[in-house]
Amino acid sequence: MSTTGAAARRHLSPRKRARRIRFVQYAVLVLVVVLAATLANWKQIGDVFFRPSMIRTTLSQGVGHALLNTVIYTAGAFVFGLVVGTVLALMRLSEVLPYRWLATAYIEFFRGLPAIVVFLVFSLLPLAFTNFSIPFDPYGTVWLALGMVGSAYIAETIRAGILGVPRGQTEAARSLGMPPGLAMRKVVLPQAFRIVLPPLTNELILMIKDSSLVYIVGVASNQYELTKFGRELSNSNANVTPLVVAGFFYLLITLPLTVVVRRMERAAARSR
Amino acid sequence: MSARADDLDGAGPLVEISALNKSFGTNHVLRGIDFAVNTGDVVCIIGPSGSGKSTLLRCVNLLERPDSGTIRVGGSEVTDLDCDLDSARRTIGMVFQQFNLFPHMTATRNCTVAQVSVLGRKPAEARQIAVDNLIRVGLADKVDDYPSRLSGGQQQRVAIARALSMDPQVMLFDEPTSALDPELVGDVLTVMRRLAEDGMTMLVVTHEMAFAREVADRVAFMDGGVIVEEGSPQEIIGAPREERTRTFLRRVLDPTHVQPS
Repeated sequence: MSTTGAAARRHLSPRKRARRIRFVQYAVLVLVVVLAATLANWKQIGDVFFRPSMIRTTLSQGVGHALLNTVIYTAGAFVFGLVVGTVLALMRLSEVLPYRWLATAYIEFFRGLPAIVVFLVFSLLPLAFTNFSIPFDPYGTVWLALGMVGSAYIAETIRAGILGVPRGQTEAARSLGMPPGLAMRKVVLPQAFRIVLPPLTNELILMIKDSSLVYIVGVASNQYELTKFGRELSNSNANVTPLVVAGFFYLLITLPLTVVVRRMERAAARSR
Repeated sequence: MSARADDLDGAGPLVEISALNKSFGTNHVLRGIDFAVNTGDVVCIIGPSGSGKSTLLRCVNLLERPDSGTIRVGGSEVTDLDCDLDSARRTIGMVFQQFNLFPHMTATRNCTVAQVSVLGRKPAEARQIAVDNLIRVGLADKVDDYPSRLSGGQQQRVAIARALSMDPQVMLFDEPTSALDPELVGDVLTVMRRLAEDGMTMLVVTHEMAFAREVADRVAFMDGGVIVEEGSPQEIIGAPREERTRTFLRRVLDPTHVQPS
């Protein structure tokens, strides 16, 4: 390649051009950081988001209990969603046409609705059915609302998992004299479960975050989960720090789960 | 071994297929098949791909339901809609081209799961039978390995052990060596040969002409959904009467496989 003359300078070699583009990217980054450092009022930001006294208050006023509630709300809803989702998945794969219709209608209905709408409807249910109350209120209400929305997604995940097991597996099981149910239980579902474990964990993470909608149903202060707990403290103290702490506690659960999912996905890719 | 027409107990052939028809949509795959396998016989079905030989085999244990015709295995008519298929299938071993081992179970567990859950054998007894059969197929050192750790040839031998563990009356082999690397074919064929010598009734769909010639009591040539001709290996592979058979064999028989007969 020629290195002399104006033409050569305009037409840089690919290596030089790549180096120049990278330089511009770093320059922009440094500029943004410098601007942020000089223009922002860090003292005020630190005071509003990370005030040490507020951190102490949040930690001492039951953030652990709120975390426990988040876990209880999510765990119950996930179990409910898993059971209903598995039934729905089997219904969608059923040879009985009405079962397929019912399951499809349910799934499309709940996947198409914002979770908050479902929560609102459940919280207003006593208006329609006087003297009716969901057991373990508000936990039961949350499990039902969150679980019903989650089950629609979980059903599709599990269905994909079952269909992801090669047909030959069922054929081999049936050839050994296993009835359909036994072949499903011993051969297909264990393999389907392995396939769906990573996407299912993602559902769990989504559910943990959706449990922040609990405030809709109206709960007593000892039933607050992380978001509601943080918000109440933030409001009463006119400071964002409690919410930041609450957010940190969410990450404490979700980040390890994300790491686990990534590990599982990598392990699955290796074994293939 | 060739116990052809002379059935000792007089109960007729072990597998008896008559007037079998099967279509997939507009594709008429089996066109009136009549066929029988006697107890202790090894019958090889050969023919070009798409000739319907795998479909015929899969009809015998009702993995495909035929459109018309009857199949009797060991005295029970499996094509009868009221036939208890699950109990009929216990007596029919099936070996697939793609092995279809259960990947989430060890070799031994592959061989025990149906023994325990279908035949109701005690786990210890089932394990003993499984290990015996794994030894029989030459995998004594692989009993606790998962399929993913085994070669194709080893996987196929586990699949054979799995079928044998159910004490089948007849074994069906659907192109058992077609998915194998060439150097692994021999191990599987050796196991099948030994099985034949032990008197197992076998129905084998295969492209291994040498195996058919040496091991089979009878060979059937299929083309276009019919059995074109059948007879001893010498008759069918050595001196075929039909032009279609001759054309097929000429194409299949690699010169390196041809031995002077």
